[in-house]
Amino acid sequence: MSMNSQGRPTVAATAATSDLPDTFTGNRALQIEEALLFEVGRHDVTGVDLDEPADFKPRLGKLARQQPIDLPGLSEPETMRHYVRLSQKNYSIDSGLYPLGSCTMKHNPRLNEKMARLPGIGDVHPLQPLSTVGGAVELMAELGRWLLEMTGMTSVALSPKAGAHGELCGMMAIKAAIAAKGETRNIVLVPESAHGTNPATAALIGFKVVTVPARPDGTVAPEAVKALLSPDVAAIMLTNPNTCGLFERDVVEIAAAIHAAGAYFYCDGANFNAIVGKAKVGDLGVDAMHINLHKTFSTPHGGGGPGAGPVVLSERLAAFAPLPFVRAGEDGPVLVESEEALLPGETPFGRMTAFHGQMGMFVRALSYMLSHGSDGVQQASEDAVLNANYVRAGLRDLMSQPSGDRTCMHEVLFDDTFLEGTGVSTLDFAKAMIDEGYHPMTMYFPLVVHGAMLIEPTESESKASLDLFIATLRDLVMRAKAGELERFQQAPRYAPRRRLDETRAARSPKLKWEKPEPWVEAAAAE
Amino acid sequence: MRYLPHSDVDRQAMLASIGVGSIDDLFADIPKDLRVHGLDLPKAAGEMSVERTLGRLSARNVSASSVPFFVGAGAYKHHVPATVDHLIQRSEFLTSYTPYQPEITQGTLQVLFEFQTQIAHLTGMEVANASMYDGSTATVEAVLMAHRLTKRKKAVLSGGLHPHYRAVVESLSPMAGDTVLSLPADPGATEDILASIDADTSCVVVQSPSVFGHLIDLAPIAAKAHEVGALLIAVFTEVVSLGLIEPPGAQGADIVVGEGQSIGNALSFGGPYVGLFATRQKFVRQMPGRLCGETVDAEGRRGFVLTLSTREQHIRRDKATSNICTNSGLCALAFTIHMTLLGQTGLARLARVNHANAVKLAESLSALPGVSLLNDSFFNEFTIRLPGNAADIVEKLVDKGVLAGVPVSRLEPGKAELADLLIVASTEVNTDDDRAAFVAALSEVLA
Repeated sequence: MSMNSQGRPTVAATAATSDLPDTFTGNRALQIEEALLFEVGRHDVTGVDLDEPADFKPRLGKLARQQPIDLPGLSEPETMRHYVRLSQKNYSIDSGLYPLGSCTMKHNPRLNEKMARLPGIGDVHPLQPLSTVGGAVELMAELGRWLLEMTGMTSVALSPKAGAHGELCGMMAIKAAIAAKGETRNIVLVPESAHGTNPATAALIGFKVVTVPARPDGTVAPEAVKALLSPDVAAIMLTNPNTCGLFERDVVEIAAAIHAAGAYFYCDGANFNAIVGKAKVGDLGVDAMHINLHKTFSTPHGGGGPGAGPVVLSERLAAFAPLPFVRAGEDGPVLVESEEALLPGETPFGRMTAFHGQMGMFVRALSYMLSHGSDGVQQASEDAVLNANYVRAGLRDLMSQPSGDRTCMHEVLFDDTFLEGTGVSTLDFAKAMIDEGYHPMTMYFPLVVHGAMLIEPTESESKASLDLFIATLRDLVMRAKAGELERFQQAPRYAPRRRLDETRAARSPKLKWEKPEPWVEAAAAE
Repeated sequence: MRYLPHSDVDRQAMLASIGVGSIDDLFADIPKDLRVHGLDLPKAAGEMSVERTLGRLSARNVSASSVPFFVGAGAYKHHVPATVDHLIQRSEFLTSYTPYQPEITQGTLQVLFEFQTQIAHLTGMEVANASMYDGSTATVEAVLMAHRLTKRKKAVLSGGLHPHYRAVVESLSPMAGDTVLSLPADPGATEDILASIDADTSCVVVQSPSVFGHLIDLAPIAAKAHEVGALLIAVFTEVVSLGLIEPPGAQGADIVVGEGQSIGNALSFGGPYVGLFATRQKFVRQMPGRLCGETVDAEGRRGFVLTLSTREQHIRRDKATSNICTNSGLCALAFTIHMTLLGQTGLARLARVNHANAVKLAESLSALPGVSLLNDSFFNEFTIRLPGNAADIVEKLVDKGVLAGVPVSRLEPGKAELADLLIVASTEVNTDDDRAAFVAALSEVLA
């Protein structure tokens, strides 16, 4: 039910299909219905105190705004309540296990937030004189040092703003390197288990995408790659550890074949958190890899972003890193912003973004790295892998694994064959987890596995937390097998919303609030 | 290590449950000769130690709040109400992921729906997406979208477009097979965009206020573009300007992109920021990025979901409209909260205060001997010509405790004819004392 500005319902409440008694407001104790800002705000209200400027002569030419913006405001207490109530309709890693495979939802230390808000970090402009930002440039250099040591690579491009933007950066470097050799290679090989961003990135810059079939366990066979190699192949984009939670055992052989064909090896680094301190991608033959700082080094993703996607480059690609970049200088690191400042041999392919990248994320990631140290980052990877295998061991007798029961990396992949004959769908199973207080795992990805369920517990979870999670899933599996179909099909019952009609949303998209027709408001005021 | 919950006893018990003897057994798939044994990096540091290390780095920078500050050209120092930073740090917002499970992410989804509505109203457009990385990447996405819509491959970039935005478009678009015609940077605002539009043009990209601060009348450019079947992409780097000047949608723009950092977000040395992207309803299926839509749940109650995902790469793979798979969710949240606090009344007033401060500063600076103002009209940013090298003068002003603006040579290096130009921004944070300090310091330096 929504309310008009007098707090009256603007549409009739629909009959609840749940067995809970209805309330007048639609609220359910702490679960409070919150109208849209546009329904409760007023056009003459503002929650910001500013004095009108004293007399001055405007210099807007003839472009002064003719019509008001049509945006309501709220006072400060109203704003606080609106957004606190909305926040309470969100699941978060601070409230519980968030086992989204390949997304890596781990603890976000608040120390990192505090560091990002230091005045000399958060309150510094990207175009201030360089003489006033020496600390910022040194911070970027220090972050780069950590990333290069952990990956065994030659140089780093810090500016990409997200993982997919990092992919784009790496593939643009590869395209530039190929052009610099005077070659025209137009094919990129992408395994069928890859993230959708990989083929989208390659296609965006004009490559033709050719799919590499996977083995039954989701890994890539060197023979499958070799069969597709030709003088037209520019690169392979391989995720390692892959999206089935497995380390690509034949990665070195694949890299060698790629290089022998004159092509480049792009590694999707989304799952780097499994191998930090355990293996260096430089040793595997990788030429470029983005690192999702928000995943591996825990910067908050805030409901969808921001991210940060620095790209580490091999010696073969180092010269092509985009502007701006940090170079070691005689008196400390130097920020190189323009082609005029280049040294011989530096041939950047261009610029990815207006400024220097996600400094706010750089400082959070560095704070995380300093906190863990060389010993801690390795321990974190080990614990992440330990936790995923512990979940695997706790569920392997009840849930089916497409790769068979073998050791996994930081995430464990199940499929839905264990639900066969129960009438419970993968989606139903996920929604039932919500009623148990869990965010569901990643569903229907990777696409190569039917009814995939990808669980990534991360190193943040204690043994007690995992034991309860395992017990909960075991209970759900047994209830599904016992025929408690309605429990699943009706789920979620206890969330702020029951299942939402996604088809309707896509068929007639309603992407912004529209003022109700006058007769609707009049009827509501009756 | 304080972030890791396991004791060694826990670890041993878990290894036993798994049925392996040691943690190394779990890494057996990594060939032995590729295993790393130790990193050449410092050991773990306690909380106090990390604070000291980063505090030292922070102290080596001059913060915008500590001095009279007039640096702009794409990012702006504004006051952010305390409520904004408090609310975005609530756990349920800060530590939530992409809203893939709508039943338990209605908070994020309703915020995105409100954000989309606010952006549509601000820009005067029909639909907006749930944000992009920043203004510069939103601009290149707009160019690529125009190519898809018009099936043409030539973009015309105005000389008033921020040079870094131009560089982003010039880096990516040609790799996608496009031609980019960049008009020369023209601080005198006499560039002739109209003459560059022809039947091959897919889009014209015009920034207003321009990087030099000029307000550009978009209507004649839109008319000429539409005449030949091209689209007008309007760009802004200072969203506060929309509180006072005619929205691009009302001037005929087809796609409007811009930087939203000014509302709710910190400077942060360039990121994270929030890209704004709006267009007409009929183009919605060619839009890049995330979209949140309204629907109903199984009980008929209003709710929100991510929608039109058939445009996106997790469904469409190499046929997706864009490879972008994230948005600036938290920055968009900060934007929305700050905008909610402002409302149209507050935004208009904030814009008037910005404009008034800039007008006063421009008048004072241009009254100095040898200093001239290049702009007829401007919002909160303008360009002055100095009697000498602007970058050198800015450095001398740093010594006098004033951060004076962006020398054009920082954005357009190697162009001697632009070396005496300075782009100056003034916002609501500048006081009478700040302006007086700037004018006095510049006067001394030029004396």
